[in-house]
Amino acid sequence: MAGYMVLLWDDEAAWAAASEQDVEQAMQAHRDFGARYAHALRGGSRLYPSGTATSVRHDRAGIIVTDGVFAETKEHIGGYYLLEAADLDEALAIAKAVPCPYGWVELRPVLPGSEYRPA
Amino acid sequence: MDAAVAAALAEAHRQEWGYVLAATARVTRDLDTAEECVQDAYAQALTAWATSGVPARPGAWLTTVARRRAMDMIRRNDTLRAKLPLLAGPGLDTGPDALIEAAEDVPDDRLRLIFTCCHPALSPEAQVALTLRLLCGLSTADVARAFLVSEATMAARITRAKKKIAAARIPYRVPPAAELPERVEAVLDVVHLVFTTGHTAPAGASLQRRNLTERALHLARVLHQLLPADPGVAGLLALILLTDARRHTRTGPDGQLRLLADQDRDQWDRDEIGEGISLVKAALRHRPPSRFALMAAIAAVHAEARRYRDTDWLEIARLYDVLLEIWPSPVVALNRAIALGEAHGPQAGLDALDELGAEPQLAGYHYLAAARGEFLRRLDRTGDARLAFAEALMLAENQVERDYLERRLNQL
Repeated sequence: MAGYMVLLWDDEAAWAAASEQDVEQAMQAHRDFGARYAHALRGGSRLYPSGTATSVRHDRAGIIVTDGVFAETKEHIGGYYLLEAADLDEALAIAKAVPCPYGWVELRPVLPGSEYRPA
Repeated sequence: MDAAVAAALAEAHRQEWGYVLAATARVTRDLDTAEECVQDAYAQALTAWATSGVPARPGAWLTTVARRRAMDMIRRNDTLRAKLPLLAGPGLDTGPDALIEAAEDVPDDRLRLIFTCCHPALSPEAQVALTLRLLCGLSTADVARAFLVSEATMAARITRAKKKIAAARIPYRVPPAAELPERVEAVLDVVHLVFTTGHTAPAGASLQRRNLTERALHLARVLHQLLPADPGVAGLLALILLTDARRHTRTGPDGQLRLLADQDRDQWDRDEIGEGISLVKAALRHRPPSRFALMAAIAAVHAEARRYRDTDWLEIARLYDVLLEIWPSPVVALNRAIALGEAHGPQAGLDALDELGAEPQLAGYHYLAAARGEFLRRLDRTGDARLAFAEALMLAENQVERDYLERRLNQL
């Protein structure tokens, strides 16, 4: 078994323009997804939009704190899931089931042995 | 070096590389180490076969030696386990049975390797590069040449792909039945690309690259042997056979391009044509038809015409209609337009081609301009024909094709 992270990349403009009904539908879809794949999921959450982000950067002068995300990308990370699967095919089957009506999903393998586990 | 040994080794390289690698990967559980062991085995064969003669079953000999080397490495813990995670998947010898030598071909061995190389999580370029390197045993330099990149670029591409397989844990196995149709399609695409790249090299001084077409034909045969019931596989093998049958006639003794109309059909490989036609007939019985079976059927219509003027262009156009429905590709539409022109006259061809003028995917494709040039020529619209051939010349990169287009242009 190995760890994978699913990153949900969102088109925030599309989310903002969505009706309350559509948003609730998406949330319900995520709850259904969570229930269906409970055996494989190890964590996950939706995040507040990128406008609420704070960037922290280290350079020679010291630590620089700025408002917003660091990288200028069209889409932004809107949420994540952590899952465990035997191999990529199994992880992909789960990743394909992640609801992403306003964006897309990135699946990345976790570096084994690097996971933080509270004592 | 003994000529007979050299020939046997070259033949073993052509025919057995993938088979030996797949059997060795079962033990090493890692593609890099498996490759090393296989390379060692071939190196050992050089001296061993010169001394004791070429074995009756070279593939089995090489597999035994490669696997023995692999087991030695594991016992002495020479494999740096920390370098890359090991392959994941059920098709690997992990228990005490791994130490038992088994040189028999497990039918799934090469299938596992092919499906791993052609996994959708790898980029199409990576799939092709890995297939040529791991299944066909082509050197990195040869693979680089085939795809017009530097050797360093190709080496990096292959290394990245192997890292991806290990890190993301692409499973080393034949996909389950439910996923097979999609996965087989990807494999067929790769093998077909290897063949077409060899059949008409994208650039360079010669038209064909025999090492690629031979490898593609060999892969298609292996696939057909391992997946005998798959109509797409049968269709691809048929297509390759029927196209390859023309290999000796596509250039004249002067090295100049010969189109279908000018090829000496007596020099076509009748054995390959016969085999191809019976495969097509079997493959076409399946519904829905595989696009490779349809392409093979079109090639079969050409192969069955005794002379160019006997070609049943109406049948070809009809087959393109069906093909276009399941595979709405602009290149297919282009070939269909050409067939329409041959069946119904140059104006009909021109009209069909003009419909494709706005297709972005055909913008850099010299065959569209060349086809227009030919139909315009037949309509005696010399000025327009000249422009079209000149456009084609600007876009063509293979020297043999360029020479042909230049001659066409000068003839106007």
